[in-house]
Amino acid sequence: MTGKQPFEAVVARHGVTVLRVCRAVLGAADADDAWSETFLSAMKAYPDLPDSANIEAWLVTIAHRKAIDVTRAAARRPIPVAQTPGEVAAMDANRPGHGSAGGPESNLDGELDSDLAESVAGLPTRQRQAVAYHYLAGLPYAEVAAIIGGSTDAARRAAADGIAAIRRSYPGAAKAHAHERKGL
Amino acid sequence: MDELTDDLKRAFPADPGDLRLLRERLAAAAQADGILDVAYRTVDSPVGRLLLAATDAGLVRVAYPNEDHDAVLQALADRVSPRILSAPIRLEGVARELDEYFGGQRRSFDLPLDWRLSTGFRRTVLSHLPDIGYGRTASYAAVATLAGNPKAIRAAASACATNPLPIVVPCHRVIYSDGRIGNYRGGPDAKRTLLTLELTLEAAK
Repeated sequence: MTGKQPFEAVVARHGVTVLRVCRAVLGAADADDAWSETFLSAMKAYPDLPDSANIEAWLVTIAHRKAIDVTRAAARRPIPVAQTPGEVAAMDANRPGHGSAGGPESNLDGELDSDLAESVAGLPTRQRQAVAYHYLAGLPYAEVAAIIGGSTDAARRAAADGIAAIRRSYPGAAKAHAHERKGL
Repeated sequence: MDELTDDLKRAFPADPGDLRLLRERLAAAAQADGILDVAYRTVDSPVGRLLLAATDAGLVRVAYPNEDHDAVLQALADRVSPRILSAPIRLEGVARELDEYFGGQRRSFDLPLDWRLSTGFRRTVLSHLPDIGYGRTASYAAVATLAGNPKAIRAAASACATNPLPIVVPCHRVIYSDGRIGNYRGGPDAKRTLLTLELTLEAAK
């Protein structure tokens, strides 16, 4: 009789995806806490999870709730600086020197990646969640809708709007990636 | 879309070092919350890489390399609990005593044991094996007698063959009455290695 896998195998298999999702939804600073809370909470409930459950969707659902908790806790912290990833990105966008070309030795790859991260951080919450859950976690829109609420179509639209906004603020996305542009 | 997904993965990296730290933190938090039902680690030894697993009650499983460690962990998930993580800290004491044993500085183990994977007469047999002293051997018939049922020689042999805690519970000291070494969960070579280690150190005393 073979039932559930050891939880270690669940962490090994899904840990990376959940961390990426947490980083995309929350930003790097709070992602580690959300990841830890997600897997601790998942491990508690794991024995009662039906064997037929889609583990990745289940984990992303928990991560979604933990991200909300983390954001609320952050909002309660009396720190007089912008707290949402969007506001952080807006601040970053105003940073002196942002977007200007680096020196000839600058790491174009890394720069493009951090620009993309900032574009995602600047999206409205639902769009950011829909992009992360569909494109990073690979969940179908029906699952995304079950997590963020609303209809499947609304989830699809939120992701599409998010991607369109990313393409506007980050034209390099999915077109010419850095290694093709290195020669410039 | 695949390209975009690749770009997003690069923009939100999850490198192995970060993951390792997070996993260590998870094991510590799970232990603190009392939900780490089974902790495990591996150790290298003269008889190969051993898998060690412990519950809150104590050491529950020692597995040789010839048993597929993934299969052993799956069996623990099925029989004990799927809340299993790699968590070396809970097994530090076990690893240290094994090290001392293989280094010749330890003749008996002083560890809490969780016997739950062994029941009935088999458990009775196994619980008597530490009575066979370091560097000694006993026949299956003698072990059956020790366990209170001299006729149950075959049952005594099968108890030894399915010992979930080899080395620590010394089923390697049980051999055929004609001196043949007999079967062993870790293979006959491992049994010979353990007996040679013990006999050599005993003779050198």
